[in-house]
Amino acid sequence: MRYVDEFREPELISKTAYEICRLASTERHYRMMEVCGGHTHAIYRFGLKDLLPENIELIHGPGCPVCVLPMGRIDDGLSIAQQPDVIFAAFGDMMRVPGTQGSPLEHKARGMDVRIVYSPSDALKLARLNPDKHVMFFAIGFETTAPSTALTMMRAKAEGVRNFSVFCNHVTIIPAIRAILDSPDMRLDAFIGPGHVSTVIGCRPYEWIARNERKPIVVSGFEPLDMLQSIVMLLRQLKAAEAKVENQYKRVVPWEGNRAALRAMAEVFQLRPYFEWRGLGFISQSALRINDRYAELDAEQRFAVPGIRVTDPKAAQCGEVLKGVLRPHQCKLFGRECTPEHPVGALMVSSEGSCAAYHNYEYRKAAMVSLSSIA
Amino acid sequence: MCLAIPGKIVEISSDNQDSALVDIVGVRRRIDLGLLQDDKPAPGDWVLIHVGFAMSKISEQDAADQMSTLRTLGEIDGAMQEVQGYGLEDVN
Amino acid sequence: MAHGAGGKASRKLVEGLFAPLLFGTAPGPLGDAAQVDIDGTKVAITTDSFVVKPLTFPGGSIGELAVNGTVNDLAVSGARAEALVVSYVLEAGLPTQVLEAEVRAMAKAARDAGVRIAAGDTKVVEHGKADQMYVTTTGIGRPLHEVTIDPRSVRGGDRILLSGPIGDHGITILLARGELDLEADLRSDTRSVLPLVEALIRAAGPGVRWMRDPTRGGAATSLNELARDCGLGMVLFEDQIPVRDTVRGACELLGLDPLHIANEGQFLAVVSAEYADAAINALRLAPGGSEAQVIGEVREQSAGTVLVTTLYGGSRIVDMLVGDPLPRIC
Repeated sequence: MRYVDEFREPELISKTAYEICRLASTERHYRMMEVCGGHTHAIYRFGLKDLLPENIELIHGPGCPVCVLPMGRIDDGLSIAQQPDVIFAAFGDMMRVPGTQGSPLEHKARGMDVRIVYSPSDALKLARLNPDKHVMFFAIGFETTAPSTALTMMRAKAEGVRNFSVFCNHVTIIPAIRAILDSPDMRLDAFIGPGHVSTVIGCRPYEWIARNERKPIVVSGFEPLDMLQSIVMLLRQLKAAEAKVENQYKRVVPWEGNRAALRAMAEVFQLRPYFEWRGLGFISQSALRINDRYAELDAEQRFAVPGIRVTDPKAAQCGEVLKGVLRPHQCKLFGRECTPEHPVGALMVSSEGSCAAYHNYEYRKAAMVSLSSIA
Repeated sequence: MCLAIPGKIVEISSDNQDSALVDIVGVRRRIDLGLLQDDKPAPGDWVLIHVGFAMSKISEQDAADQMSTLRTLGEIDGAMQEVQGYGLEDVN
Repeated sequence: MAHGAGGKASRKLVEGLFAPLLFGTAPGPLGDAAQVDIDGTKVAITTDSFVVKPLTFPGGSIGELAVNGTVNDLAVSGARAEALVVSYVLEAGLPTQVLEAEVRAMAKAARDAGVRIAAGDTKVVEHGKADQMYVTTTGIGRPLHEVTIDPRSVRGGDRILLSGPIGDHGITILLARGELDLEADLRSDTRSVLPLVEALIRAAGPGVRWMRDPTRGGAATSLNELARDCGLGMVLFEDQIPVRDTVRGACELLGLDPLHIANEGQFLAVVSAEYADAAINALRLAPGGSEAQVIGEVREQSAGTVLVTTLYGGSRIVDMLVGDPLPRIC
């Protein structure tokens, strides 16, 4: 088995899609939210919407760690890197996200030492290879990525590496889901649950969604068959008026999560009392900071940051799109002032941001459909 | 947060038990096994890789179970419908 | 510097600045080469600069790219390269053996491609500029009369052909830069596509509407440009697009789309339905063409767009590249 192609088998996909059509009652309009940006990306990449009946609507959730990062934090990270002999290291996802003075790539064009890394351990390696420079790793991601940052920092401390620090923007998924459900204009029937975050936190943290909010949630994989099977499982629950947590991604997600990963996080991080989420506002206990044991590896402690809050232009409706209240094309700036080439909000910059995904993969299809129905 | 792909462990480093070489359809990279300390993988095992770290072992059994569930999807319901067509459900 | 990556920004620069001021042309499709009439004799001419880093990589080096790239631009515009002239911009301090290696590589590539290097020029700039070496080649060629390349001749129902697997070159370069710590058995596909183009034209000349070598920006960018230039839609069948497993694996790992990755030894061709079978058979029989595939068709709906469809009925739009393809973790 190669664990990829098998889950893209065309015949099985058609069969599962047919089962969805059979299960979905025509009397109902289903609104299902996929929380995780990776699922948003998968939906568009595999054209899954084309396989679903009209009355199943997929709402894109806020699980895109780049999208929810306020512009001020990008400015802060870049300001540290502006100091002489500092190397700014970050994942490719960050490179085009605009700060008020431009994106990391634009800073690179103006002379800043900016490097793309695939792993936090690559950033640490850069520090070892460049003893006369300081490497600052701009860390982003949910609980999927935070343990890797934590473990890297543990290794750095054990080795006594002095020229390495982390600018920590890790956020946690449960408060984001709570914020969605607390939103007054939110009407959702079910959740397609985060797949890879769940390899770390397990499936228990979602139990309150089923128990208290009475919404079914299925932890889902990312291949076409995974997502379609998850929708089948959600429809079956809805049909039986059930609400429970189910694990569709069993081959990878342990119900209890990954204890070693959680231990690493507990060793290095603690919860910030509150953190600003772009588009969602301040959410308490929703983000991680580096604890005092690792203070010498905390970029925010080693360097002074401006910490200026940058608000989005009033016209940008990132918040409503993040919460699934508006579809991307319903934002007034979509496709006009805000496009992938010149993004106003981060939902348009990150490849898994709802607006970018919709713009790149989908909305011209809608235009084509309406044209052909006129012709 | 989400881009993680399956890879097969080719060899564990002799001088560092936490470092392994994985093969992903012919692409090779060293990855860190530090997050799987409680359940160490061996060469030949498949793991899920995210930002250069192994996050979880992939269970071949669970994957096979999933495929078989999908293959029989709708068949049990189809069989039920056929039975109902014969009027047999009235028997109870 | 998104302008160098070959996608939308590059296009704006060429169309918005160069074309009106330099070429004095009316707005319209820009080809890979220009045709010049000298006292009744038509000559094709083109130029290209090569700034690749690192200079050498599995499968080739900057010198070979410089020869094959220009030969290929002429080939896909329907001309056989006759002669190249080359210009080097060298960074002071460049070791002589590095320069010599590149010159030898260019000489060999030119012999393999059957083209003469007629003249050259060198400039040296101060240390810190030119990234060791930049190479520019300008080529002149003899138009092949059996074919007329014009995007405006493309019609609905035409087939889209690809000469072989995509993504090899761009991924090789990405790995050769060493920043991502990945290893793979992969080589740049740099080669002259002229023999394949000639085989195609011999078999299907009257049906060949358009060709392009998808370098920077990948096949997606070339096809988007065509869609725009001819006002029609391109539909690709994902399962028919040849991609090596290693390239697929690297793209999955890094979150990249093979359709956006640069190629240096492949070309796209749009051929009328009538000639499509003859075309694909001729390519497959020619040396180096065995992996050629029909990857899609031209349609009148979805005008101006490139759509990729899957066997199970899903579809997505593939746009031109914006900036360089960046690895992602999300």
